[in-house]
Amino acid sequence: MAKFVARRMIYLIPTLVGISLIIFVLMRVVPGDVAAIMLGDYANPRDVRELNETLGLDKPVIVQYVDWMWGLLQGNPGVSLYNGKPVLDELLRAVPVSLELAILGVLFSIALGMPLGLLSAVKHDTGADQLSRLVSVLGISIPNFWLAILMLTFLAVWFNWNPPVYYRSFLESPIENLQQMLIPMVTLGMFQMALVARMTRSSLLEVLRQDYIRTARSKGLSEQMVIYRHALKNALIPVVTVVGLNFGVLLGGIVVIEQITGVPGVGRLTLHAIDRRDFAQIQINVLFFGAVYAFSNLVVDIIYGYLDPRIRQS
Amino acid sequence: MNVSGVTSPEAQLSPGRQMGLVAKSWNLAKGNALGTIGAAIFFLMLMMAIFSPILATHPPNQQNAADRLLPPSASYWMGTDEAGRDVWSRVVYGARVSLYVGVVSVVLATLLGTGVGIASAYLGGRYDVIIQRIVEVFLAFPTLILALVIMAMLGSSVTNLIIAVVLAFSWRFSRVVRGSALAVKEEPYIDAARAIGASHLRIMARHLFPNVLAPIIVLASTNLGIIIFIEASLSFLGFGTPPPTPSWGRMLSGTSSGYFQIAWWMAFFPGLVLSFAILGVNALGDALRDILDPRLRGR
Repeated sequence: MAKFVARRMIYLIPTLVGISLIIFVLMRVVPGDVAAIMLGDYANPRDVRELNETLGLDKPVIVQYVDWMWGLLQGNPGVSLYNGKPVLDELLRAVPVSLELAILGVLFSIALGMPLGLLSAVKHDTGADQLSRLVSVLGISIPNFWLAILMLTFLAVWFNWNPPVYYRSFLESPIENLQQMLIPMVTLGMFQMALVARMTRSSLLEVLRQDYIRTARSKGLSEQMVIYRHALKNALIPVVTVVGLNFGVLLGGIVVIEQITGVPGVGRLTLHAIDRRDFAQIQINVLFFGAVYAFSNLVVDIIYGYLDPRIRQS
Repeated sequence: MNVSGVTSPEAQLSPGRQMGLVAKSWNLAKGNALGTIGAAIFFLMLMMAIFSPILATHPPNQQNAADRLLPPSASYWMGTDEAGRDVWSRVVYGARVSLYVGVVSVVLATLLGTGVGIASAYLGGRYDVIIQRIVEVFLAFPTLILALVIMAMLGSSVTNLIIAVVLAFSWRFSRVVRGSALAVKEEPYIDAARAIGASHLRIMARHLFPNVLAPIIVLASTNLGIIIFIEASLSFLGFGTPPPTPSWGRMLSGTSSGYFQIAWWMAFFPGLVLSFAILGVNALGDALRDILDPRLRGR
């Protein structure tokens, strides 16, 4: 197992280097001169040239990449082109906010999706099943940003409730923080909730048909015992997979949801950086998203390997 | 419903297979309620996009200061927005962008993904390793974020939107196609083709491609909904089609969003139609998947 984990970790390195290369190339395909875009239409050519020099954009692209990587390894991937602050500090300030949102979103999706799928499977082909299947179909089809807009709009119109405007961290003010996180959590987790419900239902239905379930029933175990102790445990494996594999959707959702709800996480920081053409900040943020996603894929692989010894061998 | 014969090797080798596939699909669609609803919704959306000039009751960009923020009524079916534009007409025209970008991107991404996937599987060895390493790097980006960065760099336009979506999705597709092609590559008829002297290109195009067509159709149809969603998200974030072209995503953002609490119809209808479009396409995709690839059913 340790060897398997180590090998997967080593695979991560070329992927990370590849991610950084792609980001770097993407940042340089901007049509036109970056400094000229930043300074606007009426900039004089000398200012543009000077800005290019300060940003190091006059050097060959390969040198720029090596400089960036070297700085990154030393913990200094550059300063914001917008306000001169180190981009890493800005990123690290935003990470805990997004992390909290991601954790809440996943918890919400599991806390609601699993009982829904369970209900669906146990009450197979009844009204309850139909209803919970409808919920999961809607959860997959309704765009998260629209749900967020509807919640913000109608909670305000009908209940005169608006989430607090200024962001407070959980440690500062837990109640205000959770009020702010409510809509982001629900809207971010909804898609995964639907997938989890769907997956729990289909894998539980499959497990319930297995021989060992019939054995458990025939030796006189209560139905509850059969479902919770025997069936659910085995039905969970695909559920773990579906949560892991859709982590990328969650990361994309974070960007959109943070933008609507004003939660100051990495997604919002990235969009701001794009608005300001703050390339140093965009680069490090996108690298962060890529690294988190690559790492989450690694974790899914490792869980897989743990659950299924055959994968470890190959 | 036993449809496992559809993708069995015998079915694939029998003459007139494609006709049989279409006919069988049609028969199965008749027995699939959700799929039929999905197809109906998709058809309605197509009609909306094609006949928008007829269906729209007002020019979509016509501003009318006297009729700002009116609730739904007989003359404005879905109300008006903050500039006095008719929401219904804009929703109708919005179908064009969504479907155009969705369908064109899914076709291009499928073509590109299929090409890369088949080439990687067929050439094998060193080529396969190199191609797969590149694919893996692109797969390490969350789709929306990759598309977002590409849009931010290229600037907003319909063409760039398609480029961004294709670049974000084709890698994913190529992975699936490669998997199917690897299996087909071992079939005796590929050896047979090689033995009679068929060129590599011919084997890939005439022998490999038709035999991985079913998973490709499944892939394209199950991803169309996600692509429509990604397009709407990008437009919502301000990186989609540039104004004044109406798009569902952009109707839900920007200056409009300040008026939602006093004019709920502005937020409600564009999102409702968007959700229906995604729902319809998803249901259709699921039905096609059940028909063409029974092994994946229920996942």
